[in-house]
Amino acid sequence: MSEQLKVKTMQEFMAEGKQPEILFWVGSAGSYDDRAKKITKAFVKLLNKAAVDFAVLGTEESSTGDVAKRAGNEFLFQMQAMMNIELLNGYEIKRIVTCDPHSFNTIKNEYPGLGGNYDVVHHTQYLKELIDNGRLTLSGDGYKGKRITFHDPCYLGRANSVFDAPREVLAKSNAELVEMKRHKKTALCCGAGGAQMFKEPEKGDMDVNVLRTKDALETSPNIIATGCPYCNTMMTDGIKAHEKEDSVTVLDVAEVLANSQGL
Amino acid sequence: MEYLPNIIFAVALILGIGFFARNVKKLSRNIKLGKDVDVSDNKGQRWKNMAKIALGQTKMVVRPIAGLMHVIVYVGFIIINIEVLEIMLDGLLGTHRLFSPLGSVYDFLIGSFEILALLVIVAVVVFWIRRNIIRIQRFVKPEMKGWPKTDGNMILYIEFVLMLLFLTMNAADFQLQQLGADHYAQAGAFPVSQFIVPLLDGLSESSLILVERTAWWLHILGILAFLNYLYYSKHLHILLAFPNTYYGKVKPQGQFNNLASVTKEVKLMMDPDADPFATPAEDDVAEPEKFGASDVMDLNWVQLLNAYTCTECGRCTSECPANQTGKKLSPRKIMMDTRDRLEEVGKNMDTNKGEFVPDGKQLLGDYISHEELWACTTCNACVQACPVSIDPLSIIVEMRRYLVMEQSAAPMELNNMMSNIENNGAPWPYNQMDRLNWVNE
Repeated sequence: MSEQLKVKTMQEFMAEGKQPEILFWVGSAGSYDDRAKKITKAFVKLLNKAAVDFAVLGTEESSTGDVAKRAGNEFLFQMQAMMNIELLNGYEIKRIVTCDPHSFNTIKNEYPGLGGNYDVVHHTQYLKELIDNGRLTLSGDGYKGKRITFHDPCYLGRANSVFDAPREVLAKSNAELVEMKRHKKTALCCGAGGAQMFKEPEKGDMDVNVLRTKDALETSPNIIATGCPYCNTMMTDGIKAHEKEDSVTVLDVAEVLANSQGL
Repeated sequence: MEYLPNIIFAVALILGIGFFARNVKKLSRNIKLGKDVDVSDNKGQRWKNMAKIALGQTKMVVRPIAGLMHVIVYVGFIIINIEVLEIMLDGLLGTHRLFSPLGSVYDFLIGSFEILALLVIVAVVVFWIRRNIIRIQRFVKPEMKGWPKTDGNMILYIEFVLMLLFLTMNAADFQLQQLGADHYAQAGAFPVSQFIVPLLDGLSESSLILVERTAWWLHILGILAFLNYLYYSKHLHILLAFPNTYYGKVKPQGQFNNLASVTKEVKLMMDPDADPFATPAEDDVAEPEKFGASDVMDLNWVQLLNAYTCTECGRCTSECPANQTGKKLSPRKIMMDTRDRLEEVGKNMDTNKGEFVPDGKQLLGDYISHEELWACTTCNACVQACPVSIDPLSIIVEMRRYLVMEQSAAPMELNNMMSNIENNGAPWPYNQMDRLNWVNE
């Protein structure tokens, strides 16, 4: 790593008597999963480059409870949600950004009913904002000549109608964007949602991620981009199932942008 | 004797509508077995959804062929109802073509009904071919065996015959008009039925009247019978699509409801001032609320309305990632099971003076298996695909809640995942103190 990441916790902001511009909700995958940590770091590099005054909760962060809720454990979800809300409200957090569409969805839509009201944005939306208002300046040819296809995460796209931001950010890498036959509202799930990430699939004749990577491979891409750590895992496994790991890479939108800027 | 046909007609009409009203009452009673749910919000959006999705058919045309054909049958159905109004008035008043004084407007109306009738026949034939010859996948899934298949075809046959009767009636009428028969004044335009006229060539005036009258009676009696067939058929959607799109979800698809009963419990647990040994208040003797759903009465009434609205088109199932990869889950089956169980509960009440007598069965297990429920990725593709705003996902989640919170019956790996969250705030067994390690790795 060329440069040390600049990451401050909310506790540190508090000690200085300051408020950050935005709270970066890292999420469990982004904190612990080896592949997802790379996404977290790529996003932080971009935040650092744009000189965003952001905070993380660090060791105070805990699972949003989203996956428990989808599995049917409303009890555990609400326990997690209320603990997190108490913490967030205590710090008077106004705005939250996250790389995880599942955290994005639950904090944005399900936390308000339990007393947590924040302006929540997905990292692709935030990156677009930073580019649009000139804080994140881009240079170079980036991925010129490469083909990228974007896989819509269900909880970002269909669930919350965020379709354009990730595509607009990807376009900034100068790559050629190609769409899969089913995309946006009709995109096929990667197979990880609804707590499937944490269990073996039911009996069937194929795994969902293999089917979805088939969709992606039909566009002959160099890169399959996505905006969710779980989709990333599923698509990466799918590429391996199709034995295409040598020619196709799975990257997060933040990684595509960071790489295109040599970060 | 002169008024006999009028009387017979009035009786048929009263019986037809009376039976239908009885079925509507039963339908509404069954739907009200569901729990109450607040749908008083977003009125503007709800009306807009109904106008766009039900009236405007916007989600039907996502699939262009089926969509276009459906729009034809739908428009045909609505427009031809103007003709049915005339037929009813004629039947009651003993008149013939009551609206004919409208002159050229009448000609235009009858002419367009005929063209629509022909288009409906074409569409119905195309639908039949799709179901029975091409056997499009979504129409031959396991849940479509037996009655659902028969029902789907029956509707097509009835519509075909009704349109044919309408055109035959017009053809005979047209011929009678040209022969200058009594009561058959020159009225209407017959762009389609004129081609049937040659088939009637050589028939005497009285035979023609017999043909015309028979077709007229069979057509209107057929419509009344069809009206009463609805309650027993998937075809109920022609009525329920409207309320269903109004009451459909207006929140982002990803937003699941927060169970209020759970909120109460969790707040109590987290309240440092709560006295764990406090005796419950005097008036707090109600049975503790059941978490989630194991039977239809545990669902809310909008979910039950959803079940009656489902017309088994299978767009949900064909978009479902689990179903596409060979899993047992079919969102359409979830809706069909819910309706079948609700009907069973309704019949139970009918035979037991309006009271439900436990029958040792329930929606979970007897109709919907655990395997189906756990195969769902909660991706909302089914919700997105439904042309009439049905939400099968909400039922799946409600039943998972029952499995997890009332029965602790989640798959083992999920139990591990959940205890990890309980113990260390992440779905994996990692220490919460290591959450920030990525910064320096």
